[in-house]
Parts: sequence; structure tokens; C-alpha cells
Amino acid sequence: MTGTRTLAQRLDAINEFDREPVSEDRLQGPANFIGLYAGEHVAGTEFVIGPLFVAHGVAAGDLLLGLLVGNLLAVLSWAFICAPIATRTRLNLYWKLRKIAGPNLLFVYNIVNALMFCFLAGSMISVAATAVGIPFDMAMPGLDDLYPTSVGWIVTVLLVGSVVTILAILGFEKIARFSKVASPWMILVFVACGLAVLPALGVTSFADFWPVANEKIWTGVAMEGRAQFTVWHITFFAWFANMAMHIGMADMTILRYAKKWHYGFFSAFGMYLGHLVAWVASGILVALAIQQGGEVAPGPIAYLGAGVAGLIAVLVAGWTTANPTIYRAGLAMQTITPNWKRWKVTAAVGGITTIAALFPGLMMRLLDFVALYGLLLMPMGAVIFADFWLLPRLGLRQDYAEWKHLVFSWPAALSWGMTLVACWGINSLWGLEIFFLGLPGWFIATGLYVSLSLVQQRSNGPIPEPGRQKLHAESSKS
Amino acid sequence: MNILLKSVSFLGLGLTVVPAFLVFAGSIEWSTHAILMMVGALLWFVTAPFWIHGDRS
Repeated sequence: MTGTRTLAQRLDAINEFDREPVSEDRLQGPANFIGLYAGEHVAGTEFVIGPLFVAHGVAAGDLLLGLLVGNLLAVLSWAFICAPIATRTRLNLYWKLRKIAGPNLLFVYNIVNALMFCFLAGSMISVAATAVGIPFDMAMPGLDDLYPTSVGWIVTVLLVGSVVTILAILGFEKIARFSKVASPWMILVFVACGLAVLPALGVTSFADFWPVANEKIWTGVAMEGRAQFTVWHITFFAWFANMAMHIGMADMTILRYAKKWHYGFFSAFGMYLGHLVAWVASGILVALAIQQGGEVAPGPIAYLGAGVAGLIAVLVAGWTTANPTIYRAGLAMQTITPNWKRWKVTAAVGGITTIAALFPGLMMRLLDFVALYGLLLMPMGAVIFADFWLLPRLGLRQDYAEWKHLVFSWPAALSWGMTLVACWGINSLWGLEIFFLGLPGWFIATGLYVSLSLVQQRSNGPIPEPGRQKLHAESSKS
Repeated sequence: MNILLKSVSFLGLGLTVVPAFLVFAGSIEWSTHAILMMVGALLWFVTAPFWIHGDRS
């Protein structure tokens, strides 16, 4: 019992300033959310995702239709699934999940989350390393490289990883501010890069674009060893690229500051600038690189588009997005090492991240990793959704673990684990690719949590305060 | 002072993106565009931090 208390106390100590709902005077207006979403979704990894679509042989029409529809579905997921719960509870994911799942299950969730953050930050460091290596004539990893390709690559990644980690130790807030300054410039760099190389691909007027797009950029033919992508792949990838954030509910942490639930629609600025304009632009860049027989890593393709400014953009994009990711991973990891100083935890996380970054496979297989990352965390978002909206309608209690002082909610744990097993089964038995598993997975997790909660709560006798009343009370607050 | 800083910042953003349109239109060479983008980056990063505040929640 003492051990249990210690674990709960550790978690609470780390998040001590976040346990209360956000107060009215701290709510933010639309401009903050527009800036935040536009900045967060124009990252270094966009220089990888656009080229990977080209490698997977998507056709031009499929790409544009898939991005338009998939990004719209992502925006709707933020607006109708994440934002309403965030603005009604005013709690971050951590505290909401703690109430539902109990501190011990939250601990497990934190560890998985931290590891995923380390790998994600690792891919960003890899991206930044491709820019740093250019002046030193470093041999760049290719699209099919999974392991370190040269001594130069190892040295460059270690250097970039060390600098990013040291800067993260010295001051997360300053770099977060720098990131905010960099984001408007970064968006324009993507636009400029894509536009400036079009003449080299044979596009000299807007009328030329569509034929060239089909014949030279998004040709509809996958590279050897790559799965053929269709409009469905693009739609689902665009929808679920940030699955952990919207239907996985991680963005409750941001949207709890929104004055209105419909601020969730401002995610459109991130989706359509970062996940449409930037992906299209980086696809154009890689097509030129392939045509010229050059290297296809983020640094070289950005240099093709914008010269030294392009290299700076890749470096800044990789660095500013790796930094908060390392910070978040450190925060989650601190639950395992409560007696460590923050700098030690950040250094350890930076070390894991840098080792991960040594493997270019992480960057070159980013589509698969992003899909896996979202899928692993999504079921807990479905649990929050079901707990908030569905349990009260069935006369069950919300936040049952908190009410019963449980440290581990077995319905939440089983819903999480069984959903992942079910997704694995669907993938193995029917061959449904990982990009599509989030959709059935969400319904499975929701159904499981509702059913298991019914079993748990009904077996423990009558519930004194019907959940429905609580839901109405919370709804009337917003 | 703030207006001057913002003007220089927006000039920097202009130099980042407008030359690309000129390359597309065939009005300037790619190398000129690359130099102007570098100048644009410099102007933006030297001035924007003074008026963009990092008040993220």
C-alpha cells in the first residue's frame, strides 16, 4: 500500500500545478490556438512525410483528395471529440485519465507515452542531422536505409542529439518561444521551396502543373519494396497522423484553455498548412531530387529548394520540435525516477532519443511509426470519451476509479490491451494495414470499456449518485 | 519602434516567399532567390523575437 501511495504521490508531484481545472481568467482567445496549431504541425518531419508519399507511389489526384478529406476528418475529430470534453472538464489528459483509470494504470500509460516520445524526437534529430551533414559532405541515408550508413552519420547524429539535449536541459521555455517565432517563417519556406523548383520539373505556368504532377511527381507507381498507396491510405494517414492528439485526447492539455469548444476547428490551420501545403511541397522537392539522381534526405531536398535557408529550416524544424518532445518524455519518465533532478531525466531521455536517431529507419519508416504511435495511445482516448459521454447515459458513474479510490481500473486496462490485441488480429487475419486500424480500434475500445464498466459497476452494488446528473451539471458549466 | 520592427519582420517574410514566385515566373535566377531567402531569414529572426511573445499556455 505504501508503494502504491508513493507512486501516486510521485505522479501528483510532477503535475502539481495542473491538477485543478483551468480557471476562467486563464482562458485563451482564438489567435493563440491558430498560432499554436499552425506552429506545431509544420515540423521537420513534414520534410520526410511528403517524400514518403512519393515513394509509396500515390497518384496526384488521390493525394490531393486524400489530404483534403483526411485532414477534414482530423479537424472534425479535434472539434467534436477532443475539444468538447476538454472545455467541459478544463482538465488535462493526465488528470482526467487519473480519475478514470487510477494512478497505477496512468503510470503504465506514461511509460508507453514517454518511449513513443523518445522515438518521435529521435526521428526529428535524424531530420536535423541531414541538414547539418551537408557542409561536411556527409553520406546521406537513402529511403531504404534502416541502420547507420556511415561514421559521418553517427558523428553528426551524436553531435546534433547532444546539442538538442543540452539545450533542452538549459531551458525548455526559451526554445518554445523560439519555436513560436520560427513557425510563420517555416511555413513560407515550405511554400517557397516547392514553388522555386517547379520550373526545373518543367512547370512554367499553372496549366503545366497538373500534367507534370501526374507524370513526374505523384506518378501512381510505388518504388521497389514500398507498398502501393491509394486515396484511402492518404485519407487515413492524414486523419490519424495525430491520432494520439485528437481521438487519443492528448490535446485536452491544450484545448482546456479554449474559451469555446469550437476552437477545436482551429486545428485546420495546422492540418491544411502543415499536412497539406508542406507535404505537397516536400513531395515536389523529392521528385526533383529523384529526377536529378540526387539524395532524397530532408537536408539535401530543402537545399534544392531554398539553398542555405532551406538547411536552416530543416535544422530549426527538427530542433524546435525535438525539444518539447524530449521535455514531455522527460516529464513522463520522471515517474520512474522520482529522486532524479529534472536535468538528469532530460539527459537520460536525450540519450535514448539520440541512440534512436542513429537509425535512419526510424525516419525513413516514419509513416508506419506515426501510425503505430497513435494506435498504441488511442484506446485510452476512447476510454475517456466513453466515460464522459456514454457511462452517464447508462446510469453508470464517471471517474469511477477516483470515486472508489482505486489505483488500477481493470476495465480501462483491459479495454486498452484487448483493443491492441484485436487490432493486431485484424491486421494478421485480414491484412488490414496499420494506417486503417485506428477506426475499428476506436469503436472496439469504446465498446469494451462500456461493457466492462457495466460489469464492474453493477457487480459492486447500486451507485448512490447517478452519473447522468453529473454529466448535466458539467455540461451546464460550459 | 514596434512598427519599425514589425515592418522589417514582414519584409523578411516577403523576401522569403516572393522570390520563389519570381523564379516560377522566370524573372530571376534560382541563385538570386536563394540569397534573398537567406536575407529574409536574417531579417525575420533578428526582429521578430522582439515583438512575438511566447505566452503559450
